[in-house]
Amino acid sequence: MEEENKTEENKIEESKTEEKKPEADGAEIEKAKEPAAPAPNQEEPREDTGDEILRMKDICKDYDMGNEVLHVLKSVCLSVRRGEFLAILGPSGSGKSTLMNIIGCLDVPTSGDYWLDGRHIADEDETSLARIRSREIGFVFQSFNLLQRQNAFENVELPLIYANVPEKERRQRVDEVLELVGLSDKRENMPNQLSGGQQQRVAIARAIANRPAILLADEPTGALDQHTGAQVMELFHQLNEEGNTIIMITHDPKIASHAKRIVRILDGEISEGALEDA
Amino acid sequence: MHNFSIVRQSVRMALTNIRHNKLRSFLTMLGIMIGVAAVIGLVTIVQSVTTSIMDQFSGLGAGTLSITANGTSLKQGLSNSDLASLSEIDGVDAVCPSASVTTYAVANAEIYKHVTLDGEDFSYFQRNKNQIQQGRTFLENETDGYTDVCLVDKTFATKVLSGQNPIGATVTVNGYQFQVIGLYSDSDSLTGQMTDTSSSNGTVMIPYKNIQRMTGFYNTTFLTVFLKENADQNEAEHEIRAVLNNAFNDADNSFSIINLSSLLDTMNSIKGMLSTMLGGIAAISLVVGGIGIMNMMLVSVSERTKEIGLRKALGAEPVRIQMQFLIESITLSLIGGAIGIVLGLVIAAIGAAALNTTFHISTGAILLGAGFSAGVGILFGWMPARRASELNPIDALRAE
Repeated sequence: MEEENKTEENKIEESKTEEKKPEADGAEIEKAKEPAAPAPNQEEPREDTGDEILRMKDICKDYDMGNEVLHVLKSVCLSVRRGEFLAILGPSGSGKSTLMNIIGCLDVPTSGDYWLDGRHIADEDETSLARIRSREIGFVFQSFNLLQRQNAFENVELPLIYANVPEKERRQRVDEVLELVGLSDKRENMPNQLSGGQQQRVAIARAIANRPAILLADEPTGALDQHTGAQVMELFHQLNEEGNTIIMITHDPKIASHAKRIVRILDGEISEGALEDA
Repeated sequence: MHNFSIVRQSVRMALTNIRHNKLRSFLTMLGIMIGVAAVIGLVTIVQSVTTSIMDQFSGLGAGTLSITANGTSLKQGLSNSDLASLSEIDGVDAVCPSASVTTYAVANAEIYKHVTLDGEDFSYFQRNKNQIQQGRTFLENETDGYTDVCLVDKTFATKVLSGQNPIGATVTVNGYQFQVIGLYSDSDSLTGQMTDTSSSNGTVMIPYKNIQRMTGFYNTTFLTVFLKENADQNEAEHEIRAVLNNAFNDADNSFSIINLSSLLDTMNSIKGMLSTMLGGIAAISLVVGGIGIMNMMLVSVSERTKEIGLRKALGAEPVRIQMQFLIESITLSLIGGAIGIVLGLVIAAIGAAALNTTFHISTGAILLGAGFSAGVGILFGWMPARRASELNPIDALRAE
């Protein structure tokens, strides 16, 4: 079982690198011609960043509140390597949601540089951001966010439709990820026919269906009891072992302790560090 | 290819949403339904009525003058020599005097009131040979005034002769006995139509000279003048007026002439006006329906803000969100339109039956209805769909 999944994952990795190669080549040629030019379209130059899948440099996010400017993120620098399991720990109001939105390409920073999987995310328009999200990010939300009128299969299929994956391949991939989260027998079930833990597993299947660069989880166990929460964390561990990069945002140090690396955020500033105070 | 699964998924989603909000969707569609039903119903009724009236008029042909010559108290109607002078006018093809009386008929030992006895000239029968559905028309030697054969129309055959084969049947009309030699269709003849009310027991047709002898009235008060095809209509009509003025010594209101071809022109312009007017009414009701669709779509967008945010987070581009909501509104209005078309045709069929005309299904009107409802869906779905596509995914995801 474990073996099988490993080989499956390797295949995925292979196809991913294959996909990227021509782009990387093109990028190099473009770079040679004009090193600092910002890319005109979404086929941006990718840097060969090696193991580094995410890099943030001096990311600031300000909100103009009329008479005063709110500095929500203050020069955040962050680097995440492929295959890491990172927790971003911070209390509410610390700016962790804003950071998550920027990592997830739902929002763009006021200033600073952000590279995701070798691509520089600058001031993109809504359409390009959507395309980047479609390929690079898999979201897992606290409240699952499944479409209530569609069954498990259709919910998992949705990001694949938006990524223009052909129907036959879609089915195959949905079956694949549903099996991975252990819900093959629930594919026809509507969300309200599933338990909370099962719903979150469907949501995780949906998040990994498109083989994103980063699995971005926002308080994934926040709506679950301790037992099912532990099961979900178990699933994250399994996915991480299979090579998925996971970034988890939480306020709960106990949940954060599941991650291999913890970054703390407080008042818009982040600091690396192990758990000292609970 | 890939976009097709988006369309299919959007249509399925739309149908699911309609099913989940049955009452609301129905009320929304009602506007479109009524609008489309009004267009289809009214247009079809107007077309059916005008088509059958036009058929009757054009059946009598252009260049046909209908003359009523009541004359004066000294001279009631036209004499045979007046008719002769009319037929001598250059451009006149034929002069067909006719007369009709409402009388009673006896058949199978029963008396039937409200029977029209219609006397027509031989040339009339010659011209309308093709209206004989069964049997034959009069021979020339049967039109001398002493014949004992007649034609009957369908109403008479059905009501008086109780549907049996009319040919060879014997009927007594106004005290005279006739044998039926032919059956003619009643709806295509103007004279037939005019007397054909529901209380009527139909029409019996005999030669003009017979009716003159039976009534003892030898002057002509009603006649139809057929002009030659290449004749100058105005010139011919002018000369006919001269003859008639001469016959009645220029007395006022002694006669009237109805030119059927000018009537046809009037009819055509009335038809055009009616169509424009109905188009306007339809446009108004469809706009009202469209506003209903827009309203529902706006409610739907704000209810599903979170869903929109989620779709965006999962990688849906704004244009896809817009397309999804547009497809929903088109689906909604097309379903309304389809029900409206069926409803409209039912109304038209009932209307045609009530007005006693043939029911023509107008493909043009159906296409118009379908096109209109799709158009309304796009036009009034655009703004809500646009609004959905412009939602900020972060705010949308946070919405509850």
